[in-house]
Amino acid sequence: MTWAEIWPLLRQATVETLYMAGVSAALTAAFGLLVGVLLVLTDRRGLLPQPLLNKVLGLVVNIGRSLPFLILMVAIIPFTKLVTGGVSIGTTPFLVPLTIGGIPFYARLVEIALREVEPGVVAAATAMGATRREIVTKVLLREARPGLVSGLSVTVIALIGYTAMAGALGGGGLGYLAISHGYERFEGRVMLATVLLLIVIVLAVQAVGDLVARRLSHK
Amino acid sequence: MIQIEKLRKVYRSGDRTVTAVDDVDLTVREGEVFGVLGRSGAGKSTLLRCVNLLERPDSGRVLVDGRDLLALKGGALREARRGIGMIHQHFGLLSSRTVAGNVAFPLEVMGVPRAERAGRVAELLELVGLTEHAGAYPAQISGGQKQRVGIARALAGRPKVLLSDEATSALDPETTASILELLRDLNRRLGLTVLLITHEMEVVKRICDSAAVMRAGRFVESGPVQRLLMEPGSELARGLFPLPEPDVRPGTTVVDVTFEGDSADRPFVSSLARTYAIDVNILGGAVEQIGDTRIGRLRVELPGDPELNAAQLAHLRESGLTVEVHGTSLEGAR
Repeated sequence: MTWAEIWPLLRQATVETLYMAGVSAALTAAFGLLVGVLLVLTDRRGLLPQPLLNKVLGLVVNIGRSLPFLILMVAIIPFTKLVTGGVSIGTTPFLVPLTIGGIPFYARLVEIALREVEPGVVAAATAMGATRREIVTKVLLREARPGLVSGLSVTVIALIGYTAMAGALGGGGLGYLAISHGYERFEGRVMLATVLLLIVIVLAVQAVGDLVARRLSHK
Repeated sequence: MIQIEKLRKVYRSGDRTVTAVDDVDLTVREGEVFGVLGRSGAGKSTLLRCVNLLERPDSGRVLVDGRDLLALKGGALREARRGIGMIHQHFGLLSSRTVAGNVAFPLEVMGVPRAERAGRVAELLELVGLTEHAGAYPAQISGGQKQRVGIARALAGRPKVLLSDEATSALDPETTASILELLRDLNRRLGLTVLLITHEMEVVKRICDSAAVMRAGRFVESGPVQRLLMEPGSELARGLFPLPEPDVRPGTTVVDVTFEGDSADRPFVSSLARTYAIDVNILGGAVEQIGDTRIGRLRVELPGDPELNAAQLAHLRESGLTVEVHGTSLEGAR
């Protein structure tokens, strides 16, 4: 294959990878944040202690995290079809396993970031007469912002890795290109190009994440 | 202003129970600075956190400004908390907000309209002398300045009561002095009632009108600081005037004399020596400024056993001095 033939494929695959990683990252961020906040709130010493709910939620998150993504992806195909109306091949259906795989991962990182918030600050807000909602939105989430952002960049990078696996199973993207052309057709240049592109994307995500986290941190 | 009755708080972990606060009664009068002195683990922090119900006591009553806090729930409790300021050992500031933003926070919580907040924040920062640091983040200012932010924030809701949880324990001595001065000043100017807990004698000495010594969840002694210091056997006095365990030589009497005012006003040593024609040895002592008066304690040695010094001891007591006799034989006859 000549570079002229490779370029359009690369462009197409990059767009697909960014689409899968981007949309699943957005969904993961929203749901992961919710689950992470719930994990902290329902803790025995949390603002809304619900030990049973906390245990169940923690167990679900751990199960989600212990399944290798490749297996998760295959295992939830029936669920994916339910969501997409029967389709399980193509970039969009793969958003389902990507998001399901991402949520517990990010939820734990959210939990860790929220626990880093000094308990004294929460006590001070409580003593001021702040409501739980105010404590969550104005104290916990706000104080934890640098950690939430760093966690998100780690999650996005993991999701980019997952998209490569999804690609191998028919999801498209750079992973698919690397397998279908680079590996199966022995196109060394395609392989090299996909690897380099993945590295560039990951480094960019990390750099942006670090920059934003640093901007948000006033410690 | 603050009234605590039979307060009890027990912590349970597994089958172990720890009684952090054990039947404590406490009254803080309006406009006074009340200090609870104790070592870590004495239960004073728990006691303080029970006043605004950061900790819920197991039994007892907590009245602040006539309101029974334990009867309040939800919104009413939050409302009551807004009338009780609190400052913390580690400041509890939001690292993501500027100094001005931290002071504005309680105003937001209270629902003060945005337009009014800026003016009130400026007023509060002026009060604590931080006007030019309004735009700084907590990480950029010193510990003493952080505590000033904490104080400004605590005063945002114009509370009548300020609770201070070891507010100066993380600060160096000079900064401690300036923060204590600020608290004293606010107490006088705003009529603020202050309940503070501390393990530092210095704090009690400098700003407290009344104090209690707490040990193992109980008050060992409690009352106006000057009265406590004049009381024989007072732990507060022992802490403030640290004299070593007396070494009583046979045939002598060792006496600790506590006096108010300047020792020059009460030349009891020379009068004793003159009246009874005896030699009085001074073994040690100190004078401390407590509020507006000076209180001193002097340890002197008189010749002869305590029995032989009965007249001399009576002479000292008649002069209005607090007298503590060390040695064996008169121990019961104090």
